Amino acid sequence: MSATEEEEVRQIYNPVVDTPTNYRREGEEANPPLDYPPYKSTQLRHPKQQLVYLPHTVTEITGPQLSAALDLKPTDSDLTVQHAGEPLGERIIVSGHVYDTEGKPLRDTLVEIWQANASGRYAHKWDRWAAPLDPNFKGAGRCVTDANGRYEFTSIKPGAYPWGNHYNAWRPAHIHFSLLGRAFTQRLVTQMYFPGDPFFPYDPIFNSVRDERARQRMVSSFSIHDTKPNWAQAFHFDIYLRGPAATPFEESF
Amino acid sequence: MIFEVTPSQTVGPYFAIGLPFEGQHLIVPEGTPGALTISGTVYDGHGDVVPDHVVEFWQADATGAFADLHEHGDQSVHPGFRGFGRSCAEDGDGVYRMVTVKPGPVPFYAGGMQAPHIDVTLLARGMLNRVVTRIYFPDEPEANAADPVLAKVPAQRRETLLAQPTDDGYRFDIWIQGPPSRETVFFAV
Repeated sequence: MSATEEEEVRQIYNPVVDTPTNYRREGEEANPPLDYPPYKSTQLRHPKQQLVYLPHTVTEITGPQLSAALDLKPTDSDLTVQHAGEPLGERIIVSGHVYDTEGKPLRDTLVEIWQANASGRYAHKWDRWAAPLDPNFKGAGRCVTDANGRYEFTSIKPGAYPWGNHYNAWRPAHIHFSLLGRAFTQRLVTQMYFPGDPFFPYDPIFNSVRDERARQRMVSSFSIHDTKPNWAQAFHFDIYLRGPAATPFEESF
Repeated sequence: MIFEVTPSQTVGPYFAIGLPFEGQHLIVPEGTPGALTISGTVYDGHGDVVPDHVVEFWQADATGAFADLHEHGDQSVHPGFRGFGRSCAEDGDGVYRMVTVKPGPVPFYAGGMQAPHIDVTLLARGMLNRVVTRIYFPDEPEANAADPVLAKVPAQRRETLLAQPTDDGYRFDIWIQGPPSRETVFFAV
């Protein structure tokens, strides 16, 4: 590989510094449909009229930067030290990078998570499942990606839990993720799953993403290299937000 | 090199554990001259109130400048202008409320100007992806008539994008699903 080629390869992985004026629009298979009958609550909560095409104007290609408003502390990204004692459960490191679809890392972008405790119970007044609450676990975290687009949380592995969608319905264990990206068009709310979860075949929310490869992009991988010996297991989860659309110049090639 | 996006999933019923933050509804600091309230109720396909939802606003300031750090467009010089607001409704009335200023007009990439507008994200349990709409203002008939985005909205549905004046600002209800004349216009972004 010549020096120039090496430079080009390195360039791909430099953080996003340009300011795209137009973002990719993914195909329909990339995201779940808003009308998905197996997930019953979608029935009255999806638009029936056709969506109107929104061009990417300055309002859509700009976006909020909340890190100053949130004044984040190190304990915001460690869900095991936010209370007087340690939460019960398997301690885990959840880390990865936030990239755009060109593979460029997004630095200084907000990552927000929330999750159930080790018993599968949320610290929320509406969660009435008969599993114990943990006084040492709220289940919320925030951090901002570093200069390489990397984020890291310390937490405990959430449990699976039953819900009322259909007879004997269970949600696979998951952590909710919310990302603002750099632009309004990049906003993403998703869920991170754990590898090999036995509930995958039965969960309509997971399976609402109809494309198998797209579904796998929501599943973290176990990472022995990210574990902390004698301390914590580790799961790796990279997140991809839309990148810039091809310019007419590139399309002409 | 092209990768594929991470798919969306529902925000679920328990987002209030993780998403709220102090002052989240203050798009401008409290006490800002000209500050007003935009509030509204979210309804489902039965016309029932949706009690659990997340609403987010993104908008320019009164001069049409954004609080964006990536050098897009004119930068807001208004002290404390965040341009972003979030509401996390979790019980009862299904109402969201933001404190903001009416945005100024902003340019359209193909020339001309867009009417004052606010981009809105709505997330809820039962929604596997966000929906996006825009708030326009009823006291801008000329700018609205010339707006290139509104021009693509079927004329009989444009009214669903107009906020209604109130004593302290505007009201903008969101009908996720309904008869064509009432269902809020949502955009493919």
